[in-house]
Amino acid sequence: MSQDRSCNDPVLVNDWHIIADLATLPQGQTHRARLLGVDLAARESRTGYAVTRLDTNEPVAATERYGFLWACLGTPERDIVAIPETDEPDRHIITGGSIGVRVSGLRAVENFLDMGHFPFVHTGWLGEEPHTEVQPYQVRLTEGGEVLATECRFFQPAASPTASGGMMVDYIYKVVRPYTVALYKSNPVQTDRLDVIFLFVQPVDEENCVAHPLLCYLKDGIDAAGVRAFMQLIFGQDKPILENQYPKRLPLDPRAETPIRADAVSVYYRRWLRDHNVRYGAIPAHH
Amino acid sequence: MIKLYDYELSGNCYKLRLLMSILGVDYETVPVDFYPGREHKSDWFLRLNPLGQLPVVDDDGLVLRDAQAILVYLAARYDPSGTWYPRDDPRLLGEVSQWLAFADGITATASAARLHDGLFYDVDIDACRAGAHRLFRILDEHLWFGEQEGRDWLCAAAAPTIADIACFPYVMLSEEGGISRQDYPAIRRWCDRLKRVDGFIVMSGIFPASRARAA
Repeated sequence: MSQDRSCNDPVLVNDWHIIADLATLPQGQTHRARLLGVDLAARESRTGYAVTRLDTNEPVAATERYGFLWACLGTPERDIVAIPETDEPDRHIITGGSIGVRVSGLRAVENFLDMGHFPFVHTGWLGEEPHTEVQPYQVRLTEGGEVLATECRFFQPAASPTASGGMMVDYIYKVVRPYTVALYKSNPVQTDRLDVIFLFVQPVDEENCVAHPLLCYLKDGIDAAGVRAFMQLIFGQDKPILENQYPKRLPLDPRAETPIRADAVSVYYRRWLRDHNVRYGAIPAHH
Repeated sequence: MIKLYDYELSGNCYKLRLLMSILGVDYETVPVDFYPGREHKSDWFLRLNPLGQLPVVDDDGLVLRDAQAILVYLAARYDPSGTWYPRDDPRLLGEVSQWLAFADGITATASAARLHDGLFYDVDIDACRAGAHRLFRILDEHLWFGEQEGRDWLCAAAAPTIADIACFPYVMLSEEGGISRQDYPAIRRWCDRLKRVDGFIVMSGIFPASRARAA
């Protein structure tokens, strides 16, 4: 079974991944999690959480950030993604509610990047017919090697919990790690500023993941519960679509699935995954 | 105005939103941070419902808990047609109550499996799935025999009742708990019929019926 294949991708093994929302960890009890096909146990100690592999009983690197517990199975080669917006005092910085999804985490990232499904899956919220066209946008690599999609615009009937009607919404997407993607979206109240959503995807195994959203929304006109409710409303609509994707892993062969112009960022993402030798959760391209 | 203490991903809250939409009843929602905030176990919410469960409604000072109980109240009070909760038909009322209790069984099995898979609840997942399949088999046979007799709904009435609303959400969401409905064709046809009732609304995870009428 592909679920049991261990991960040999250095870019994943030597990186940090979220294994839990700290707020949901039961006090004084051991928390079980699974990361890259490896079962882990997290136990609270005086100095924080200690995380061990259940197959070898060896400790793995663990730390806490942004309200989440993170682990790294190998040797961390770089720090957890920096998010400057989390230092801005007029924002809610809240975990959005971690949700398990029966699909490769790479599929979850790709779905997050897709505007084409808005009118059909998020009808009445992030899109509605007949406004189905995805206008051309730009995709490029940043100096830091991230995938950046800019000039994304879409008509949204209820773009956020504070939206008072339909509006053209500006988006910027950024894939910062193979299993981490961010969205910057115009705030309906302070139109010159952007709400930020990071989606950290925990690869449980190749065909299962947990989506951990981090929400950095301007507080203007909205409470934390409202922000969370909106995130879960939207993600709850995506979940059955994701779980019905076939194959469950993301094919990286350019001929495996047929993209259209609106999929430019997805095409770029798949090529970027090939360039970084990401195979875990993917169906690698054949050479 | 009716105040609904609400959580979007709760099928039990959705039952009430669905019935109120069908009946054209105005209401406002109070979002409760059920997950990950566990606000339904907070002091202020426990004063409203000591069981610490959603949904709760407050209708002009009348505070009610339990989705099935609230369906009874809303239909009895706000459905002028009297078909959703047929107060004057003892036989039908017995049937409605029977299926309201059955809906609690669906919540204890299919909904629990969904909470396990999606939100990491600690339950016996195999027992939940097996229990859901047992109930779905009973439901499917009941609906299949009903179709042979010209009955479209759970109870022997020409129109749907709150029993249909009570059983529908966690059946429709079952695949999120790893419970396939492939083997239950009569359940699928019944769900499609309910989706075509005037005033039907969706929740996250439930999609509208296709525009073309099913053959």
